[in-house]
Amino acid sequence: MKRSIALSVNGVSHSVEVEPRALLAQVLRDDLNLTGTHIGCDTSQCGACTIHLNGRATKSCTVLAVQAEGAEITTIEGLAKNGALHPLQNAFWEKHGLQCGFCTPGMIMSAADLLASNGSPSDEQIRHAIEGNLCRCTGYQNIVAAIKSAASA
Amino acid sequence: MATLFGSGIKRREDPRLITGSGTFTDDIKLPGLTFAAMVRSPYAHATIRKIDTAAAAQAPGVIAVITGKDIAGKVGPVPCAFNVPNCDLKLPPHPALATNKVRYVGDAVAMIVATSRAAARDAVDLVDVDYDPLPATVDPEKAVQPGTAQLHDEVPGNVAFTWHVAGGDADQAFAQAAVKVSLRIVQQRLLPTAMEPRSAVASYNKATGQLTLWATSQNPHIHRFLTSVTLGLPEHKIRVISPDVGGGFGSKIPGYADEFLVAYAAMTLGRSVKWTEDRSENYTVTTHGRDHVEYVEMCGTGDGTITGLRTKIHAGLGAYASTAAPGVPTILHGLMYSGAYTIPNVKGTVIGAYTNTTPVDAYRGAGRPEATYLIERLVDCYARRIGMDPALVRRKNLIPADKMPYTVATGITYDSGDYHAALDKAMELIDYRGFRERQEKARKDGHYLGIGVSSYTEICGLGPSQVAGQIGFGGGLYESAIVRVYPTGMVRAYIGTRPHGQGEETTFAQIVADEFGVPIENVEIVAGDTESTPQGWGTYGSRTTAVGGAALKNAAVKVKEKAKKLAAHLLEANEADLEWHDGKFQVKGSPAQAKAFGELALMANVAWNMPAGMEPGLEASAFFDPTNFVFPYGTHIATVDVDLETGEVTVLRYVCVDDCGPHINPMIVEGQVHGGVIQGVGEALQEIAVYSDDGQLMTGTMMDYAVPKASQMPTIESHFTYTPTPVNPLGVKGIGEAGTIGSVPCIVNAVVDALAPLGITHIDKPLTPARVWAAIQQAKGGAR
Ligand code: FES
Ligand code: FES
Repeated sequence: MKRSIALSVNGVSHSVEVEPRALLAQVLRDDLNLTGTHIGCDTSQCGACTIHLNGRATKSCTVLAVQAEGAEITTIEGLAKNGALHPLQNAFWEKHGLQCGFCTPGMIMSAADLLASNGSPSDEQIRHAIEGNLCRCTGYQNIVAAIKSAASA
Repeated sequence: MATLFGSGIKRREDPRLITGSGTFTDDIKLPGLTFAAMVRSPYAHATIRKIDTAAAAQAPGVIAVITGKDIAGKVGPVPCAFNVPNCDLKLPPHPALATNKVRYVGDAVAMIVATSRAAARDAVDLVDVDYDPLPATVDPEKAVQPGTAQLHDEVPGNVAFTWHVAGGDADQAFAQAAVKVSLRIVQQRLLPTAMEPRSAVASYNKATGQLTLWATSQNPHIHRFLTSVTLGLPEHKIRVISPDVGGGFGSKIPGYADEFLVAYAAMTLGRSVKWTEDRSENYTVTTHGRDHVEYVEMCGTGDGTITGLRTKIHAGLGAYASTAAPGVPTILHGLMYSGAYTIPNVKGTVIGAYTNTTPVDAYRGAGRPEATYLIERLVDCYARRIGMDPALVRRKNLIPADKMPYTVATGITYDSGDYHAALDKAMELIDYRGFRERQEKARKDGHYLGIGVSSYTEICGLGPSQVAGQIGFGGGLYESAIVRVYPTGMVRAYIGTRPHGQGEETTFAQIVADEFGVPIENVEIVAGDTESTPQGWGTYGSRTTAVGGAALKNAAVKVKEKAKKLAAHLLEANEADLEWHDGKFQVKGSPAQAKAFGELALMANVAWNMPAGMEPGLEASAFFDPTNFVFPYGTHIATVDVDLETGEVTVLRYVCVDDCGPHINPMIVEGQVHGGVIQGVGEALQEIAVYSDDGQLMTGTMMDYAVPKASQMPTIESHFTYTPTPVNPLGVKGIGEAGTIGSVPCIVNAVVDALAPLGITHIDKPLTPARVWAAIQQAKGGAR
């Protein structure tokens, strides 16, 4: 019943045997051991599972792994390049944009998508862009500050 | 070296969390790991006629199907550990797996263990349970009325307890009072919604009898203790590891059937087992918060002196008493009935009710937000009744700074504070007077603006252990720490609490680095593993820094005292002649004669030349048991705009002035305020867990339960005053819950203030557009 699919994740090619019903989020976590992608809900609300699928922020719990066949995927583990943190990672650290850190990988991946299309977003645009990412700890204020500061970095 | 105390340095937790390198419980992988899934009742109340597991047991990948019969005498019941005295508390058994009867939607009846998550989940559907549905009761007030469905044979009328609190003579105060106001308040049920669902992984070594349990826990030592009691396994054979924890807000304090069952399965099957709830499961089985129906009243003089407060509270406990549940609406609630004021006469009755709903336990603030809310709502009603500005009524009744420490009517003593200073500062920051003028003008233009004030104080930093014993808390409330200095001068400190977002890996390292004059990089804080950390009681009740931080400070001081003795010996000097300067002990007046901390660490650890009678090594442990709770306080003020057409509330400004003593790391303190306030704004404006009359949770997913989103929430203007507490050596008070406690009434007061011209005196939270709109329509209709 399992099917073999090819994925490129963080620049590394993988061939994985997956059940047709397996969600991409589960395959990343359980099969590829990329546990930085989190699962916080079962209705595609929380955004903890956000990754980049062919360059766009995507909730990996809404995608079947088989649908991602041949896709280029970036997860939070692939964001830092050559040991240097991504500006958003630095900004979240700098501005105290996280507390428990469970929402953080998804939040950063969503924010990266925003900044790719809008280099200097307003507070309102930021708040709108991360609407699909829930954080229960921070009250969002320092997340907004972090994204803003990354934009100007 | 500059001191780190007071410096908003970046957090040391973050590098792993921002790169996806944290380790949460569901990330744990073990060889031969199996997966568990629970079969749960779809009925709120039903007798179980038969459980047929045959088909599930045959399903592909299934290793075991475990029912209540299989675990009889081996697991459980699930314990309640807060046995509040003098209230006739009834604790009916809470079976880990129900055998005869289910009492809420989500009550577990069987557990599947299989080779994959999917196989376990599939097999859940194959377990055939024959239920006989019974009438259900879901409302804490209705549940104790005659003729209502009965949950437990041992609990007539579903009354879990009747608890009384009194101070002064409230009845007389009311009899003599010129002014009385009363309200019926519903404090709705909430879903804590830690972003990380609960999870447990267990592995058991049959030969050694050693159980290792990874669990999403705010208090791994309590979980070790509860696991020992529930499974009858010796406590020293249990290791509980609480790795990175993705928020808790109270919901990861309790011992749940799930963790115990996972541990049991690992022990009996000889395989490691993992269970992780999904969000819908989290909403139906992980504890909920609040759930009060309240009848409350306040009395006072015609010129603004509050003289009395009386309450009758119906508090829902859900189907069973969760670990700390009985203490939340009683001790943590009723003792705070004077609030931040000198109210001399208080009297309250709290009736705990079992209902066919998910168990209710601590949720951010736990009892204190409910107390603050009812007091602050009443203060506004009273002010309105006597025609006095609510801020002025507060100023008139706040406990004056020169009366501190102050013993309130219920008998507890507030440690310190200048409540008026916080109120004045908040009023100035928001330009209270100016806003009142603008509000007046706007009203003339048909524009409804409101301003809401909330002055709170709360009891936290739990707390003296002696008091814990008196109030029936099944544990101590001290904290402990071990500080271990390595030969190279590097330090590891082991703590008994389990921070899960509050940043103590950073703030605690600041304390230790300051004490030893070493760079913070040389200090590592270890938490969450009962194998290495000393006995602690956990992270809740805003106690981690006030109690655990104090234990750590004391352990570090002990280490330093020993280092000083060693330095005196090595320098052939008198200890009294040594002074600590820039990371060294040096001889007063001849600074060249000195021993740096690193050198002393080496000399102590190699022990080549110790003073007579001194043990080798450089480490110390300390237990800190505070003499009192701590009482952070403050004033929050919000301004709102209410759209009369739609009932929509827009928060214009949110100003808070909090006092939690000195800040070890101001950035982290402010972050706690932000998160706490937004959780309170969510409670005030949009969050509500709804049950249908037959006990179905109607808000069972994130589609229906309105967790605040970034786009919905205001920006907070967070300010502080700084009054140290005499209760601990750091002078610090808790700040984890204060934001939630202060914010809920502040928002509701602002909305009611906006609508005052319509004659509206109260609207039950959450103030959704629908509710506000309905209140407006009703008021308009009434006025006509
Ligand atoms: S896990 Fe994907 S949105 Fe919640
Ligand atoms: S930091 Fe905890 S959920 Fe966002």
